[in-house]
Parts: sequence; C-alpha cells; structure tokens
Amino acid sequence: MSEAIAVTGLKPWTDPNAVPFLKINNVTKKFGAFTSVNNVSLEIYKGEIFCLLGGSGCGKSTLLRMLSGFEDLTSGQIIIDGQDQAGIPPYKRPTNMMFQSYALFPHMTVEKNIAYGLKRDGLPRAEIATRVTDMLSLVQMGAFAARKPHQLSGGQRQRVALARALVKKPKLLLLDEPLGALDKKLREETQFELIKIQESLGVTFVVVTHDQQEAMTLSSRIGVMTAGKIVQVGTPREIYEYPQNRFVADFIGSVNIFEGRIAEDGESHVVVACPEAGLGIYVPHSIAGVIGQKVAVAVRPEKMQISKGDLGDLRNKLSGTIDEIAYMGDSSVYQIRLDSGKRVRVNQSNLFRSEESSLNYGDRVNLGWAGNAGIVVTS
Amino acid sequence: MSSLPLGSRIGSLLGRMGLKGRLLVIAIPTVWLLVFFLIPFLVVAKISFSEAAIARPPYLPIVEWIDGFFRVNLNFNNYLFLLEDPLYLAAYLGSVKIAGVATLIALLIGYPMAYLIARSPPDQRNLLLMLVVLPFWTSFLLRVYAWIGFLKGNGVINNLLMSIGIIDEPLVMLQTDFAVYVGIVYTYLPFMILPLYANLVKLDEAYLEASSDLGALPVTTFFTVTVPLSLSGIIAGCMLVFIPAVGEFVIPALLGGPDTLMIGQVLWNEFFSNRDWPVASSVAIVMLFVLVIPIMLLRWAQSAGEGESR
Repeated sequence: MSEAIAVTGLKPWTDPNAVPFLKINNVTKKFGAFTSVNNVSLEIYKGEIFCLLGGSGCGKSTLLRMLSGFEDLTSGQIIIDGQDQAGIPPYKRPTNMMFQSYALFPHMTVEKNIAYGLKRDGLPRAEIATRVTDMLSLVQMGAFAARKPHQLSGGQRQRVALARALVKKPKLLLLDEPLGALDKKLREETQFELIKIQESLGVTFVVVTHDQQEAMTLSSRIGVMTAGKIVQVGTPREIYEYPQNRFVADFIGSVNIFEGRIAEDGESHVVVACPEAGLGIYVPHSIAGVIGQKVAVAVRPEKMQISKGDLGDLRNKLSGTIDEIAYMGDSSVYQIRLDSGKRVRVNQSNLFRSEESSLNYGDRVNLGWAGNAGIVVTS
Repeated sequence: MSSLPLGSRIGSLLGRMGLKGRLLVIAIPTVWLLVFFLIPFLVVAKISFSEAAIARPPYLPIVEWIDGFFRVNLNFNNYLFLLEDPLYLAAYLGSVKIAGVATLIALLIGYPMAYLIARSPPDQRNLLLMLVVLPFWTSFLLRVYAWIGFLKGNGVINNLLMSIGIIDEPLVMLQTDFAVYVGIVYTYLPFMILPLYANLVKLDEAYLEASSDLGALPVTTFFTVTVPLSLSGIIAGCMLVFIPAVGEFVIPALLGGPDTLMIGQVLWNEFFSNRDWPVASSVAIVMLFVLVIPIMLLRWAQSAGEGESR
C-alpha cells in the first residue's frame, strides 16, 4: 500500500499511468420507470476516501448498494481490483458495508458482532480472537467487548459498526452516512478518527453523505450527484473554489450568483455585463464562450469585503444598504441590498473583539471583491 | 352540583370513592377474571377435594356443621388415585407428546408461511393473512368432520391414491395418531402463523443485508440472524398451539383411535361416563399445573432474557 502511494503520490488521479482500483462504467439503475442512477462512470484509486455527495433521492445510496451487491445493475459494469462484479452476490464480494443504521445484530455482543464475518470465512478460532481484539483496540472499544448493542451509546455503536466492517480487511469499504446519526460535536471528532483509521489500514473508502461539511473533511475527492448523475468530480478544494456549474456552486457552501452576458472576452479574462450588479464584472480567466452569451458569475460570501469607507483597489466594486446582520460569533453574515434590489450575502470574520458592530442596519456600505474571487459558471 | 352532566357526576362520585379512571380500566378485566376464572377454578378445586357419592350433586360437602362445630372433610384420595392408576400418567404424557409433536410440525409448516407473507409486498400481505384466517369462518366441528371424509378408508385421499395406482388397498389413516396430528396441526396452524408473522414483519432487512455483506450464505443468515431475532414470535406461536392442543378433546375423539390417549378424553369419561366429579376435577387441576408451571418458567426465562437484551 505504502509503495502504491509512493509511486502515484498523494493524488493518484493526476497520474496518467495510475490504474483505478474501482471502475464504474456507464452504470444505470432503473426502478420501473424511475431512473435512480443515470449512466454514471467513476474511477476511484487505491487508498482514497471518495465521497458521493448529494441531496436525498439523488441516487448516491443506490450506487453504493450496487457496489455492495444488494441491487442489480440495469446496465453498465462495476470492476473492483480488475474483477467484474456482475452476478457476484453480496456474500462473495470483496466489499464490506457500514450501514447507516449500523445494523448491529441486537442478539450478539460487540465481540460476536465483530467476529461474525470472520466466522463465516471459517477462520481458526485463535486467529478470529486476535483479529477481533486488535480491531476492538483500534476503535477503542476493548472495554465494551461483552456488551450488547443496546447497551452502547450512538458513538460507540458507530465504532463497533466500523470495526465489524473493517475486520474482514475488505478491498473496498462502503460507508452509508457513517456519521449521520451522531450529534454535531461527536461527528466532528469522529471525522478525524475515521481518517486516521483509514490511513493506518490503507483500505479504500467510498462514503455516501448528504453533509457537505462531512464530505469536505473526509474525502480525498468528492463526486457531486444530482438526479442520478455525477455533475462534478474533484478534490474538496476544486469543488469549492472551481465549481463547474451553478448546481455545484450552490450546493457546496453558499454563493452569490450574478446573471449577465459576456461583454468582453480577452486572452486571460472576461468581463460580464451584469445589470443586477450595475457593473461589468471582471473575471481573470478565459472561458469558451461568445460575446453576448448568457452566463453567471459566482462569488463566495467570504471572499467579499464590505466597508463604510473606501475599499482600495479591489477590481469589482459596488454599493448597497445593509438589510440584515446575523452575528455568528466567529463571523457575521450581512445581507446587502443593492440598488437594483438584488440581495448579496457577505461573510466577514470578526477579527477584533468589540462590543458594538461598526456596521448597522440601514448603513450604506461599499462592497467589493478581488478579480480572482469570482468564477464564471455557464450552466 | 346538580347542574353537572351525568357523566361527570358519576366521575366525581367514583372519584370520591377513590376510584380513578385508570383503576376502572384495570378493574374490569380483574372482575372478569375473578368471576369467570378464579371462582370456577376454586369451585373445581373444592370438588376435587371432596368424596364422590351417589347424590345430587354427586359429591359430599367439604365443610359440614355438626353439633355446633365446623367439620372439614378434605379428601386427598382423588389425587392419590391419579398416581396409583397408570392410565392417568400415560394420558398426561400422551397429551404432552401429541401436543408437542403437533406444535413442532405446525412450527415447521407455519414459519415458512409467515416468513413468506412478511416478505411479500405490503399490499398483498393482508390478503394472504386473510387466507390464513379464512378457515375460522367455518365451524370448527364441520372442518374436523371434513377431515374424516378425507382420511377414511374410502375417503378422498385413498380414492385418489388408488385411482392413480400408487396403492392397491386403502391406507388406514382415520382413527390413528396420524389423523390426530393432521387435525391438530390443521386447526391450530393460524395460531402459529399470526404471532410469527407479527414478529417477522418487523424484522429490519438491514440485519439480513449486513449478514450477507459479512459473507453469510442465505441459509446461514437464516439460522444465525433471522431465527434468533424471531425467537419471541416462535415462543408465542408454540405456546398458542401447545396449550390448547394438550387439553384438546374433540379432535382425538373424532379422528383418533382406541390407542390415542389424551387427557381431555380421560376427563370427559370421568365426568360423564363415570360421573366421578371429584376425580374429574382433580384431573383438571393437575392438568392446569402441568401446563402452568412450564409456562411460568418459560415466561420467567423470557423476561430475564428480555431484561438483558432491551
């Protein structure tokens, strides 16, 4: 495993010679007339934590269930480690799944739950005992071996479910909303633990989640899904900073969208005439478009600045009135109404401690962002 | 006070008497059990300790008032008689054996049926359950008589088998233990299926998927996950079949032969043929304990198990 990492680096998907560990080729799944997964193709490399991110009903769970063998493919192909999985039942696949509900057997102790899969493989007792003990200590549940699932807290159950899925050393671990049932604080702690365990074992993870925060923290790469299709695949940074279309820009984090038409198409910049904003927005990257084409510019709220005074030499500047202020502690969210009536969301970090905000409702403010803060999204 | 509606006046009256609504709800079944179970039981128990006599009623009183003294005649001979005559022990064991085997057969037939119904699409389940319960709409006695028509020497089954040529002469099925098993299993099967269904329909499919995912063949999943998780349904179904089957009288009387020995028939004979009410009563009392003690042990084991798993 460590060799593979050394050869392909930490970003195997950028290496043209890297061989994908999991290949999903043109997979489609239909339930009657409803298409749940629509012609999805993905390549996932060894040692990745790949997140399938999307809202409910986008087909991400169906895709996961097809990987584990619980659902048949309507068409397409799934290849794990060079082996086509067509016709292979779940109990013969080199995958293990961590269920959203954990599905721990209620009539078995923690120890027996974890040993269950190893017993099915007919391993010698001594080996089962050692592997179960090792796994229990990895997830720090050694003291709870004799308990039954109902005697555990949610976080403890989550660890047992993880241990049970990992103990068979699957080639591919499938996690369905692994942290969904935990409260916020526990979820944040567990995210990092999950990454640590994954790194120490080198197992490839495919995670399904609707929580973008979770996807951002966990994954090496994210596949954003909607209506059965993958709309963008990329690292968390790529997905956030360079969304390929409006759906992704809007789904991940919050964003201000300015509609307009291409007014100037330069070698390394475009200017989008935007009546809503009352200016031509400068974006320092070229796009494949023609003058007059309808496009939109996406700008993240935290990349905007507001001030009552002068904003200096920011490339894009406009002004408006503060409509609403939400104080969040570490930052404040301002809703600014532009003269055109459009509302813009701006996040400002609260860098200094002060009792009163320098900005108040109804204040007239200047608003701006650097040239490279915006990105043009075409569809 | 008089302006209040009747309902609340009764309510306040009961309230003053210390009766709250909750108490009332508990009181109704309690009174019912008291009047229709406990008192008759005590009457039967009382008769079982008295002496048989040619009289009306056919037993002597337990308590007499003689010369200003109460005289209590407790007669344990009826119970001793049950021990002396091997017929009774044989009848008890025979009943338990027949009921036990019939329960097992009902479980083997009922479990797959309940499983199938629980796993069928939700809109079909009620129809299938209806089909299971449907025979109850016909008189129990008629259905047992119908089995006579099937099982007798020139009955439906024998005629069919002979016309196909599988057998040359009719099989003796009626008036054997076999016919009794058929009758009991057929009659009590719905009591096995319904509690099993109620249990299996709640079984979370994720457990079965998890088992499969961890490498268990479907048959292994069935025995390591499905069966243990439906244990309470299995116990409930078996009790509902076993308990009435032990005391069953009509089925062995109509379908059974001279060798079929069940306690229900013995009791009937003591009561109506011998007119020995005290012995008949003691047979009934012993049967109650034969059934109640294992059930209580089972319940105790079950609640202990539940305390552990819940």
